[in-house]
Amino acid sequence: MMSYIIRRFLYALPLLMAVNVLTFVLFFVVNSPDDMARMQLGQKHVTEQAIQNWKHQHGYDLPLLWNSGQAGGKCLSDTIFYQKSVNLFLFDFGISDSGRNIGTDIRQRMWPSLALALPSLAVGLLVNITLALLMVLFRNTYVELGSSVLCVMLMSVSSLFYIIGGQFVIGKLLKLVPISGYDSGLAAIKFLILPVMISVVAGIGSGARWYRTLFLEEVEKDYVRTARAKGLTETQVLFKHVLKNAMIPILTGVVVVLPLLFMGSLIMESFFSIPGLGSYTIDAINRQDFAIVRSMVFLGSVLYVAGLLLTDISYTLVDPRVRLS
Amino acid sequence: MSSTLSVPKLRKLLLSLTVFTLTACDISQLNNPYPDTDHGQAILYSSFSERPKHLDPAVAYSSDEYGFIGQIYEPPLQYHYLKRPYQLQPLTATKLPTVRYLDKQGNMLPDSANDAEIAFSDYLITIKPGIAYQPHPAFSQNEPGRYLYHALSDEQLSAIDTLTDLPVQQSRTLTAEDYVYQIKRLAYPKTQSPIAELMAGYIDGFAEFAQATAEIPLQELKNQTLRGVQALSDHQYRIRIKGKYPQFQYWLAMPFFAPMPWEADVFYAQPGLKNKNITLDWFPVGTGPYWLQENNPNRRMVLAKNPHYHPDFFPTEGDPGDHEAGWLNDAGKPLPFVDKVVYTLEKESIPYWAKFLQGYYDASGIASDSFDQAVQFSGSGDPQLTQMMREKQIQLQTSVATSVFYMGFNMLDPVIGGDSEANRKLRQAISIAVDYEEFIAIFANGRGVAAQGALPPGIFGYQDGEAGINPVVYDWQNGKPRRKSLEKAKQLLAEAGYPNGIDPKTGEALLLYFDTTATGADDKSLMNWYRKQFEKLGIQLVIRGTDYNRFQEKMRSGAAQIFVWGWNADYPDPENFFFLLYGANSKVKQGGENAGNYANPEFDRLFEQMRNMDNSPERQRIIDRMQNILRQDAPWLFGYFPKDFALLHSWYKNLKPARMINNRLKYSRIDTELREQKREEWNKAEFWPLLLGFALLAVAIYPAVKAYRRQQQETKS
Amino acid sequence: MIVLWTDALIYFLVLAAAGLAVYMSRQAQMRRPLRKITSNPVAMASLAMLLCFALIGLADSVHFKDGDSRGNEVISLLDVACTTMRKHGEKTYSAPFAVYGYAKETLTLGDGSTGWDYPRLQYGGAHLTDPETEWAGDVFDKTFGGFSRGAGLMLMVLVLAWGDQHERRRALWRSTSSKAVWATLFLVVSGCYTLFSLSAYYHVLGTDKVGEDVFYQTLKSIRTGLVIGSLTTLVMLPLAIVFGIMAGYFKGWVDDVIQFIYTTLNSIPSVLLIAASILMVQVYMANHPENFNNLLVRADMRLLFLCLILGVTSWTGLCRLLRAETLKLREMEYVLAAQALGVKPAMILFRHILPNVMHIVLISVVLDFSSLVLAEAVLSYINIGVDPTTHSWGNMINSARLEMAREPIVWWSLAAAFVFMFALVLAANLFADSVRDAFDPRRTQ
Repeated sequence: MMSYIIRRFLYALPLLMAVNVLTFVLFFVVNSPDDMARMQLGQKHVTEQAIQNWKHQHGYDLPLLWNSGQAGGKCLSDTIFYQKSVNLFLFDFGISDSGRNIGTDIRQRMWPSLALALPSLAVGLLVNITLALLMVLFRNTYVELGSSVLCVMLMSVSSLFYIIGGQFVIGKLLKLVPISGYDSGLAAIKFLILPVMISVVAGIGSGARWYRTLFLEEVEKDYVRTARAKGLTETQVLFKHVLKNAMIPILTGVVVVLPLLFMGSLIMESFFSIPGLGSYTIDAINRQDFAIVRSMVFLGSVLYVAGLLLTDISYTLVDPRVRLS
Repeated sequence: MSSTLSVPKLRKLLLSLTVFTLTACDISQLNNPYPDTDHGQAILYSSFSERPKHLDPAVAYSSDEYGFIGQIYEPPLQYHYLKRPYQLQPLTATKLPTVRYLDKQGNMLPDSANDAEIAFSDYLITIKPGIAYQPHPAFSQNEPGRYLYHALSDEQLSAIDTLTDLPVQQSRTLTAEDYVYQIKRLAYPKTQSPIAELMAGYIDGFAEFAQATAEIPLQELKNQTLRGVQALSDHQYRIRIKGKYPQFQYWLAMPFFAPMPWEADVFYAQPGLKNKNITLDWFPVGTGPYWLQENNPNRRMVLAKNPHYHPDFFPTEGDPGDHEAGWLNDAGKPLPFVDKVVYTLEKESIPYWAKFLQGYYDASGIASDSFDQAVQFSGSGDPQLTQMMREKQIQLQTSVATSVFYMGFNMLDPVIGGDSEANRKLRQAISIAVDYEEFIAIFANGRGVAAQGALPPGIFGYQDGEAGINPVVYDWQNGKPRRKSLEKAKQLLAEAGYPNGIDPKTGEALLLYFDTTATGADDKSLMNWYRKQFEKLGIQLVIRGTDYNRFQEKMRSGAAQIFVWGWNADYPDPENFFFLLYGANSKVKQGGENAGNYANPEFDRLFEQMRNMDNSPERQRIIDRMQNILRQDAPWLFGYFPKDFALLHSWYKNLKPARMINNRLKYSRIDTELREQKREEWNKAEFWPLLLGFALLAVAIYPAVKAYRRQQQETKS
Repeated sequence: MIVLWTDALIYFLVLAAAGLAVYMSRQAQMRRPLRKITSNPVAMASLAMLLCFALIGLADSVHFKDGDSRGNEVISLLDVACTTMRKHGEKTYSAPFAVYGYAKETLTLGDGSTGWDYPRLQYGGAHLTDPETEWAGDVFDKTFGGFSRGAGLMLMVLVLAWGDQHERRRALWRSTSSKAVWATLFLVVSGCYTLFSLSAYYHVLGTDKVGEDVFYQTLKSIRTGLVIGSLTTLVMLPLAIVFGIMAGYFKGWVDDVIQFIYTTLNSIPSVLLIAASILMVQVYMANHPENFNNLLVRADMRLLFLCLILGVTSWTGLCRLLRAETLKLREMEYVLAAQALGVKPAMILFRHILPNVMHIVLISVVLDFSSLVLAEAVLSYINIGVDPTTHSWGNMINSARLEMAREPIVWWSLAAAFVFMFALVLAANLFADSVRDAFDPRRTQ
């Protein structure tokens, strides 16, 4: 087990390296360091000297990939690429183009993201599974037909409509919750109700349908028939057997996305001005702060790899027959 | 069996629901975004849409940044809060600076000396004694000369997240040396002050100082001497300006020239603090009425009253009519009125507007999209609040801002630019065709005045009425300027060699390029509008939308053709507008602010003459001539001067509109009782639609439950 | 005639789809699932709906220079059909079927004095002399008239079809699914006819901020939605198929390399990848302005690149599925037999593997379509979607969300985008469902 995990880590290294090279190439093809400096320095009275100063301060005055002016190993290490990407592997994200420490910002903004994402996931899971169970329970009645049609309809609505509509009705017309904002600690709850509710509702369509197919597959299996033959009621069958067995795919599905929750939800956060990592990323894109975007890309890939690893491990935990090799 | 059971159950449920609704009707302010502890305090609630980039007074240069640091830092001068046109008055200085003229040898000259003789002008500034800084750890000493926090250990660092975590916070008296130190910081290359280059041209010894200090560490900066700027005593300092530059006084009212204690620089230079995002750029140290108590640019910023603020009083005199208008109700009372200002991050305009209407923001600018909701124009064309706003007793304020939005033509472009008669006519034709009155009506909701020249109202040299119209584009009819007809524009276009907009070279419509950074979806209608305007002449306008950097690069290399640009005045003087058209400031050639690269020798000569003059009829005559040259040459399509509209709730007092004045906050007052009462009135939560939804759902599901039960019983039996 | 890049690809796509349809109907193993789809009334009705959308999209993909205008404006067949809507621009907002403007303005009255009132629209309901009394009756007349004419047209077609003598075909008409198709067509055609005939007199869905007809915008947006949904698949299919079956079939280092590539791509948050690429395209276009001097060409290029990038970010899912399926297939007897007989790997892949994974490809294509259409709206919100001058539902929603704050609320742009987008995505989803039911071997008992 341990050696498997170590091997996976070693496998992750070239992967992260590739991600790094790719983003580096993409961003520096787009934006030369001069452009970044001008972007950050603003519009009025910008001189060549100021640009040089900025580049020097942010370490952008080196060659991109190969420093021919240096000898030996410094050819590689005295370059923007080396300086900017090696530190990423140590999780030292450095200073953003606008001069703030990215690591500190990420640590701060991680919590609001989680505060939104975790309840959304948990409540969403609960609601979706319940609805799916109900649909299976009432199969072959008008409820099933109606709810499948409803699910397809819910799926066909763009998530933007849920947000705009929810904010308008609940926040503006009914005045039940603050329309946007955030606060630290428990005071955050009243701000989170609406976004969590909206993301749950927006996910019902696809989620409930997905779990329904999962349950339907289980219901057809032999052991369920046996259970039913033993005289258990349908409700007992569903909760005792079907749900228990379907739990494995459900849980492993959750585990994959768990690390990525840190990244936050891009759109939710910016609509509700929740100071999480999602809105951090969007701001960075709009401001073209590439140091932040690069860090977020890196963080995203690390979390993705972690998610894969967690899934593998959780498979072995729930199903002893699977051996990691 | 089951059905008989469920009816009483349902009844019970309904009963509890109705009880719930009845109690729910009384619940108010469920949507209050602020903590309950704020209740009843004199807190002003405002918002910011993007975190300010810099709060260092040597670097900050935009109006949103000034909104914060204007309250924290105090330059020697300020503008009078009530009088218009703007008037300088002392803030931390005892009186307006004394100016002395010197010749090359440093001998004093009489005030009447002519410009050629004056080699230097000395500004002597005396500051009031006894002004103290806000409490700040940078000042904390346990015994004289031994600073507590100038060398923080790792242990101390790990215990703090923000400045207020440091237990000892002391203050210090303001000295003239602090003002000198700030000017040194402006010159210090590592500060990257945006006005360093500009000031090098004015302040004596500034450029040399910058060179000499390029390599020295920040801690040494206070020991270096800057020739032109010296503290004469604890309360007096002198700035030596090259030649004559009357506009320099205005600079002294900007935060660039606010005092900076050297302790702050030494304190913030510690790398451990930098890693925690605690820098001078984020946590200012000032003498002003407020200090920045909390700076979380991801969520909110809080300004709190400075406990050491020096005596300061609401002005006792104002413009004629101010007394009647109630501006002097608080005359002579000590400032500031508000204890705390909370700025909340608000990116989207819908929540922002909704919160304003709910009473959770005290004031609001009006976005173009909420405008119809707030303001309507009366029969005579004056803006008025709508019925709904009046019911909420919201106040409306309007004022023409000291800025201009113009459409610039790149004068280096072979098609549209240059000094040839044909191209000039092309520009004039476009000037007539692009109907900025319509632009103002559609995109600014009437919040603007179509520009007749380069100077906005409120700036010396602006002419009202018939004398001030642009005769190339407008006729004076019925006491109003009236845009010339499209026929006239078409005629000019034909004379320029493009009859009906057809380019004789290609036989197709003339192609012109419009460069813009406006690529968002919100700008789509705007771009369509520009296209329509050019289409009226048969010209096809190609929109080249790019990101900000490409746009800047095009401007610098002169590859742009037509662009829209704005300028927000630094100070209320015509020089600050005309220099945008001064040949020696060309963007392409000198990297200056003349984005259209306009160069007309006659205009340049007049500019040099006008620049150093005091306001006088003579200056007015020169300005008129300059305006006429611009109107004929049409290097700009003058566009419009935006009007600021601000909406204030009835409990918000004393906010007189003024774009130039940065430190307005200390004059504002909040009637907290009234606010509390209105908020309660406006924010009654409504539950019934939710309950209705649940009820409908229950009704829909009920038969299925019934059917299911029946089925269960059948299988059992 | 002018062929834009996306136009050319659309034509190619149509040809490819037609080819695929012919090929599939000849394959024996495809006949049963196809019959299953054709006998499903919901599937057929949504297919009919999709085809109607596709028809509008195709009409919007035939571009030529406008003969009337002196300029070099490029228009499409759809623009010609909508000439009245296109030309009838108002000054600013107006509600659906409005006769008066949305906001009051200063008016010069008949007697020369000025007043403050709602202005009459320049085109909307301009034929009415006294709107207060005539309006309701006129709208009813025009709606009814338009509908009955459209319905009449459809009835005629129906009668002609009914009169067909061949017994076999007549039997076909009688099945439930063909009835559903006819019902859908009947509703869509007569509805369209009504809307089109009304739009000559009113703005049926109102006008936007600069007075452009919203109905026209929604119609134009159809093409954008379809292009993103379909061209992206065109980009991603070759990548996914080639890499997927190669990885599954060859295993070893080929598999390792391909897995490495797709894990890398997958691990980058796709929004960020798209943002970076779109910025790059913008830079390229800014540096080569001579190639993009026409608005339409610029917008088209950006649309194409968006499809490319979306394709690059979305091929990995299908690739993984195909790899897994191929791993199973390569152990099948007929593949092993072919290998033993010395058939070249390329031949085996093409002959034996590819046809047997086609159902997976088909399912994922139809499933992806709707999610791509929805993704466009989200990307436009972050300003990394289609060009802002392109008509698209994303752009409409994006600008409409600001209009929600107006009073009286401007709901029609949002509603129009919602309804049309919903119709397209719903039809696509329903169709996708039945395709999956028909082709997924696990579901066909």
